[in-house]
Amino acid sequence: MTAGNISRPTVIAIVMLALGAGRVAAGQGRGTPAPAPSAKASAPIDLTGYWVSIVNKDWRFRMVVPAKGDFFGTLGGIPMNAEARRVAEAWDPAKDEAAGEECKAFGAAGLMRIPGRLHITWQDDNTLRVDTDAGRQTRLFHFGAARPPGGQPTWQGESLARWLGLAAGSTRGGEGNANPATGGPSYGSLEVMTTNLRPGYLRRNGVPYSAGTAMTEYWDLFKEPDATDWLVVTTTIVDPRYLQLSYETSPAFKREPDGSKWDPSACSARW
Amino acid sequence: MMINVHTDFLQTACMHVALALLVVLTAVPAFAQVDLTGVWAARNHEDLEGMLPGDYTGLPINDEARTRADSWLLSYQAMPERQCIMYTSHYVVRGPQSLQLSSDIDPISGRVVAWKMTGTIDRTPRTIWMDGRPHPSPDARHTASGFSTGTWLGDTLLVTTTHLTEGLISHNGVPSSNQATIREYIVRHGDHLTIAMILYDPIYLEEPYLRSKTWVYDPTVQVPPEPCEPVWEIARPAGVVPHYLPGTNPFIREMTGKFNLPLEAVRGGVSTIYPEYRKRLRDQYVPPATAPVLTPQGARP
Repeated sequence: MTAGNISRPTVIAIVMLALGAGRVAAGQGRGTPAPAPSAKASAPIDLTGYWVSIVNKDWRFRMVVPAKGDFFGTLGGIPMNAEARRVAEAWDPAKDEAAGEECKAFGAAGLMRIPGRLHITWQDDNTLRVDTDAGRQTRLFHFGAARPPGGQPTWQGESLARWLGLAAGSTRGGEGNANPATGGPSYGSLEVMTTNLRPGYLRRNGVPYSAGTAMTEYWDLFKEPDATDWLVVTTTIVDPRYLQLSYETSPAFKREPDGSKWDPSACSARW
Repeated sequence: MMINVHTDFLQTACMHVALALLVVLTAVPAFAQVDLTGVWAARNHEDLEGMLPGDYTGLPINDEARTRADSWLLSYQAMPERQCIMYTSHYVVRGPQSLQLSSDIDPISGRVVAWKMTGTIDRTPRTIWMDGRPHPSPDARHTASGFSTGTWLGDTLLVTTTHLTEGLISHNGVPSSNQATIREYIVRHGDHLTIAMILYDPIYLEEPYLRSKTWVYDPTVQVPPEPCEPVWEIARPAGVVPHYLPGTNPFIREMTGKFNLPLEAVRGGVSTIYPEYRKRLRDQYVPPATAPVLTPQGARP
């Protein structure tokens, strides 16, 4: 082969190389597929550990149980409809206690905004477990295929989870970042979709959500240079019965070094 | 068999296609993974605290910040020489505004050189430089928008802002200093855009202040420009600056009266923003018998 000539086998080899490389790049290589790694093994971010609520928004709605009928702030509030308002204005904590429903404000749609601490662990390779000291609740985030529908609604409902983003070792880096070679930094989010909820309260003073509520959360971890880890949970709650439009919040947490401040307390309808 | 590529057009084209495939199929994105452009509608479902005078709840502020805020009178902003002073960049997560994001793209490389963020907190778009330029000297001019640079961390845009002027952390006069810096994480999840802003201020904060807010994509929302032309809103003698002297602000106890909250609770500070504080309130808080009626500062004479 000279500079001006090229053999046919060489051309074919280049074509095959290109196509083969493309398949590899697209993750479509043939052969026996390797078993999918577990959610725990493929986690792009590590959420495990202890986290404390930062009550930096809606302080007077969260730090205390607001007065009956106190639903809106000066410029913001839950997009509740007239039916929700009617129900909330009839809120009676004594009735909840008598009915054994002290945990109505501690269901999944309200729980993350109640001041307290989270303890996040792996229950198994494909189930992330979130315990709260406030109300002693447990949320389970199931990765993988959707579980069969049905079952009794519960305070924490049924949560399906998946990782979004880039696992450690991905070659997809960001401009200005070091190339995240194997073991390098990885980024991503946790998406959690929750349904099959037992009706509860969005706010401690009886703003309701129904059994038809669906909640989508994105758990994002932000690591600051001063070694502080922040967790922000972007939350969208849809409830055709009680909300005029989706309810958008983003509660925040800060990582703690250990569980020394873990302080479990039972559900309370009054506090 | 040897062939002459100068005379065999088909073979030459085949080789070019193969090389193009090699480049395209093995390429990985090197920059700007997520498109942030569009109009993002505010959803103010979490209250905009700070609209009532003396409401410093949720803020990790120190005594110096409290003292400044206690002296604040909203009509200060109505002075002709102050009407066009912009809110500083960190107010984006406090204010009620929608956002418009656009990008400046290098026509040769296709790279995003800068993101532009327009909202009603400022009259001109805020620029977030993505071309790797350094921040200027600490002695360079400070502005309301500050100087912002961005870098991608996976699909999250991290924005670092310096060179801010003094500004407001909340609408009732809680100040931020010209030494404040911001780190913002901007994340897009489908039609939702979340900004988690961390404000560092060695002058007025006891610890970094994190605040987050979510917007929803909505191309029907208008984010119009807000040209500012000062007018005389309130007649005052020349040289008078609206203010309260220390200890004379009559509205400081308004929150405590309306909500039965102890004064120390609404004065803010690190000790009031963690769950432990809830336990301290438990023995002293009695909810008001009826829901209070709120009158935002702006509706006062």
